[in-house]
Amino acid sequence: MLGLNKHDMKMLLIVAALAMLAPFLLNPFPTDSAMAQFNAGYPDLMQRFVIFGIFAIGFNILFGLTGYLSFGHAAFLGVGSYSTVWMFKLLDYNIVPGIILSVIVAGLFAVVIGYVSLRRSGIYFSILTLAFAQMSFNLAYSVLTPITNGETGLQVYTSDPQYLIDDWETVPHLFGLVEMRSTYTMELGAWSFDFNAGYYLCAVLMVLMFYLSIRIFRSPFGMMLRAVKSNQTRMNYTGLNAKPYTLAAFVISGMYAGLAGGLLASMDPLAGAERMQWTASGEVVLMTILGGAGTLIGPVVGAGFIKYFENIFSKINENVLHEWFGFLPDGLENAVVWVVEHFVGSGWHLTLGVLFMMVVIFLPGGLVEGGQRIMRMLRGKKSDNDAEKTTQSTPAE
Amino acid sequence: MDAVILQILNGLDKGSAYALIALGLTLIFGTLGVVNFAHGALFMIGAFCAVSLSKILNLSFETIDETQTDFLGNPLKVKTAYIESWFGPELGASIIDWAVPLAILFSIPIMIGIGFIMERGLIKHFYKRPHADQILVTFGLAIVMQEIIKHYYGANPIPTPAPDVFKGSFDFGTLLGFDPNVIIYPYWRLVYFAFAAVIIGTVFAFLQFTTFGMVVRAGMADRETVGLLGINIDKRFTIMFGIAAAVAGLAGVMYAPINSPNYHMGMDFLVLSFVVVVVGGMGSLPGAVAAGFLLGILESFASMNEIKSLLPGIDQIIIYVVAIIILLTRPRGLMGRKGVMED
Repeated sequence: MLGLNKHDMKMLLIVAALAMLAPFLLNPFPTDSAMAQFNAGYPDLMQRFVIFGIFAIGFNILFGLTGYLSFGHAAFLGVGSYSTVWMFKLLDYNIVPGIILSVIVAGLFAVVIGYVSLRRSGIYFSILTLAFAQMSFNLAYSVLTPITNGETGLQVYTSDPQYLIDDWETVPHLFGLVEMRSTYTMELGAWSFDFNAGYYLCAVLMVLMFYLSIRIFRSPFGMMLRAVKSNQTRMNYTGLNAKPYTLAAFVISGMYAGLAGGLLASMDPLAGAERMQWTASGEVVLMTILGGAGTLIGPVVGAGFIKYFENIFSKINENVLHEWFGFLPDGLENAVVWVVEHFVGSGWHLTLGVLFMMVVIFLPGGLVEGGQRIMRMLRGKKSDNDAEKTTQSTPAE
Repeated sequence: MDAVILQILNGLDKGSAYALIALGLTLIFGTLGVVNFAHGALFMIGAFCAVSLSKILNLSFETIDETQTDFLGNPLKVKTAYIESWFGPELGASIIDWAVPLAILFSIPIMIGIGFIMERGLIKHFYKRPHADQILVTFGLAIVMQEIIKHYYGANPIPTPAPDVFKGSFDFGTLLGFDPNVIIYPYWRLVYFAFAAVIIGTVFAFLQFTTFGMVVRAGMADRETVGLLGINIDKRFTIMFGIAAAVAGLAGVMYAPINSPNYHMGMDFLVLSFVVVVVGGMGSLPGAVAAGFLLGILESFASMNEIKSLLPGIDQIIIYVVAIIILLTRPRGLMGRKGVMED
């Protein structure tokens, strides 16, 4: 169906189902219970899950397939955000022109940056993309202030022209049908679930983008990109010029990043230069690797994982820890709390760093590979042949 | 003319820091073939060695002094640093004053230790893995180091003053026959430049004139053959990693008075140092040093008002523009060797 084989179709359906049911799945605890702080089902965070999912899926098309490690993808995200906010400022709050423009502008940027950067490979490519992204960031902060509004960040003011604006428009909306921030809250006994229009728009787009990435992975074009990763020299000897293919992959992944940036600005009409800083580029690298680079579902898993724990871990403080470990004897309790406290709250980045190192060292395939290994261990006792088959077929993913 | 000299001088201290970090990066890359994204974090840890030493020296106890009273008439609590009570007030005060230079001695064993642990514990397992993996794991390590420092020292910059002797500025112009106060330059930056020159000279002399250095250079050129000759090259490379870490750490110690250390100063320097290494040529030690000073001076020239009014924003991007031009026209960098990291 839809040009996918059974296995891919299953994966697409799982992702779609997870995305559509996220408001339920992410709010498993009753609102009043002590565990309610682990609920992630509020609109702002859910939007981030899927938007960064799109960003990571796009990054994976470049890094996962061709092996080119870009450290400058945040530039495209930032450019996308700026374009969308400019559309709000010039036309009106309808998000469609903004998102279309953000994809186009990010694509153009990617053509230019990619054309230059892809003349080198390996670490030189990483440094060139890093240099371009830092350049954009520095320029956005300083000289380009008329366009980017510098440190304050770009936002919509009432004095902006907004040529197409109607009286009722005050927040981003989709053709006036629905406002991005409108949320329907469903109360079910002790539970409450939020259904947010903006989230569903992003989620639908993410499923579409996920579908597109499956098609790219399974296409002859995707095969060519994998060939670039495994042995570019051999490809050159067979008389193939690899550059158009890698450039196409770079531009596609840049456009994904632009789309993600446009969506970020559509959910909250703001754009700041810090979205382009190289730490932001590092974040998408972390997401992709943590989830599993080169796998289809890995980037989505990684993005969700990092965004969830970033929000939840940073909320845990010392009091909460004392509550949890209260059952231990006092001395032991304090010791445990002292240790754990380094890793939660503001120490969340420490956890992230350690986890990331662990994944790179022990699980180069990321969380997805970890999951597969566990599955294999569980199934392995039944039939060894079956397990072998899976090992052979997985590297293609 | 005076403005030109001033900018060259201004560029020297930043250039020295770039050159020192880039030198360490190149040492690691040239010997072990590892791309170390945690090198900026080592620089940062060096700076925090200075911070810690000045904190340790300032540890003090409180006594109640009956002779002095505060404005309410109560006896005043007086803080006395332990150092002052041990060595007498004068010597103690000057030891505290000289905390940053003393931190040089304090930091060398710490940095070499960290370097050894890093190499033996982590980097060793990544020789055979692709460069992308090395970048990623050291990037993770850099995050971890940053966060540990942030946890203990907080997120705000910590001012770490230089000794009082070096606090003033030096009127450089009078030496060259300009009017007084045209070219003035803080003493500490001169010290920093001289210090960097000494360190760079020492590292080069060590590699050039000792047997150990000769073996290391041979290993950089052809590791396998040196190994076949029965020399334990791995051990020597581990020591080089320690030395590279110490160079980065010393650069950080001395930089603390110029720019108050904060936990992400390493990352800021790292990006630029990588650009410096690439411009100088991967694996070329003289290239790294030359490119460090060159880019430092170019950066300070670009921040002159005359040039900024001509090309607005150039000061922010000059380094990257130079890097992009060099990488595209001279793929091996300024002094890169043939066959090192060519794709």
